[in-house]
Amino acid sequence: MIEIENITKRYDKQTVVNDVSMVIEPRTIAAIVGTSGSGKTTLLRMINRLVEPTSGTIKLDGVDNHSLPDYELRRSIGYAIQGHGLFPHRTVAQNIATVPLLLGWDKERIDERVDELLRLFQLDPAAFGPRYPHELSGGQQQRVGVARALAAKPNVLLMDEPFGALDPIIRTKAQEDLLAIQKHFGTTIILVTHDMEEAVHLGHKIAVMDGGRLVQYAKPAEILAKPASSFVETLVGSSERPFRLLSLGRVGDAVEKGSAEGEAIPADASQRDALAELLWSGKPALPVRGADGKALGRITVDGLVKLAARPA
Amino acid sequence: MKLVLPAALRVVLLVLLVAFIVNPGWFEPLFKPLTENNAPAIYNQGSLLSLTLQHLGTVAVATIAAIIVAIGLAILVTRPFGAEFLPLSRSLVNIGQTFPPVAVLALAVPAVGFGEKPTLIALFLYGLLPIFENALTGLTTLPANVVEAARGAGMTNGQKLLRVELPLSLPVILAGIRLSVVISLATATIGSTVAAKTLGEVIIAGLISNNLAFVVQGGLIVAGLAVFIYDGLMALERVAARRMGQAVR
Repeated sequence: MIEIENITKRYDKQTVVNDVSMVIEPRTIAAIVGTSGSGKTTLLRMINRLVEPTSGTIKLDGVDNHSLPDYELRRSIGYAIQGHGLFPHRTVAQNIATVPLLLGWDKERIDERVDELLRLFQLDPAAFGPRYPHELSGGQQQRVGVARALAAKPNVLLMDEPFGALDPIIRTKAQEDLLAIQKHFGTTIILVTHDMEEAVHLGHKIAVMDGGRLVQYAKPAEILAKPASSFVETLVGSSERPFRLLSLGRVGDAVEKGSAEGEAIPADASQRDALAELLWSGKPALPVRGADGKALGRITVDGLVKLAARPA
Repeated sequence: MKLVLPAALRVVLLVLLVAFIVNPGWFEPLFKPLTENNAPAIYNQGSLLSLTLQHLGTVAVATIAAIIVAIGLAILVTRPFGAEFLPLSRSLVNIGQTFPPVAVLALAVPAVGFGEKPTLIALFLYGLLPIFENALTGLTTLPANVVEAARGAGMTNGQKLLRVELPLSLPVILAGIRLSVVISLATATIGSTVAAKTLGEVIIAGLISNNLAFVVQGGLIVAGLAVFIYDGLMALERVAARRMGQAVR
């Protein structure tokens, strides 16, 4: 659990982060969204003390983050940044081993952990371990960057626009990987992004920042349904709202009784994808199948349209 | 093919250079036409081999001292607590470069006497600037997100310097050392005017006795050494740069 209490950061007279308080539940993803200059990155960097706050405290699992020397604190917190920041003079395996090495793990344990992470990120340890970062594609570099951040099994992972430099197709894949890995390790993730779509997709809760202030901190559905200010509303994008709302739900939750003709939609697909599929096929309904391939019922355009309406 | 020819040429030249230094007598017929009045064609007032080794030794000592001081200074002024010293150390190092080595020799002799020492002082001062400026460039133009990642991973300032900043600026620092070494190799010859044992002795002996063969011998050896040391350091730089996926200049 991360408790941020009345955190303020001032540079000279300019207040970059203004009296922000929020609590991030363990094993959840919190997305901090805002325009550039909103203070979101500064807020993130105060958690691992790359920036020292002017006032206020941040507690990790109840312990003030100033009770340790800053470098020791940072070794216990994963940190992944835009453009990965891999060390170009070190191999992939050495890059991932950075924090375990600083913590003094023995070689066997480090090698084991590096192999485990590479396999988890679908990179063959024998092929990729000895390569240098410039020999990898952008998507692979990004995965190694996240693997490095997770190497010492941190409870908390900070991510600053981790997918910003990726093209849209690889970005979607990277986001899915992140969700899978978050489930696998149960890591608490705080992710900074300027992309509301990404925040809605990844965040269990979304914090919207504007001009150094925390404007709203709520579940994605609530941000979409009840934006706290016109700024949040603009950020959500009024024309995108219904589709973003649908993207939060799974097809399995909108199944109706009956049957339909056509290509079956998997129950774990998002309702937004299902609606797109329905509209494109020109049919009023399509069958739904479970993970085991069994028919569960059907999903209809009418049913989804009702779900996309603003919640009362 | 493109690579074989220069490599073969280098090997041949290196063999010739070593053979000449070790046994210059073999090359007497080549230098004979450069002499007049039956003067000796090959330097005969000492061994070329020992002069070459002393020349290289002097350059090595002066360069190593310059490397230590210049890189140390560059590290100091790129730390937060040393940033204030940047303009000061820049001027100091620039003054070292502005003073002609001959002037340094003239000033140093009364202070430290004739021989090796004034030459070492002149070479040291003259060699500081390229190493310092390159180290400074290397340490201040590191990719920001890589340095940030080092800090974010929990490296202490010392670990960040030794494990990330210095290795990453190595190619640029090596380029500075290469420049400095080549300049020192040539400049060391004038050390012989104040009785330092360098290849300058051969050239000066030639100038005094109006023997062109001596001048050419001394000059050729210094030039050959400079070319091969330049080449060797260049190859080192390439290895360092390629490991980082940087373009090879």
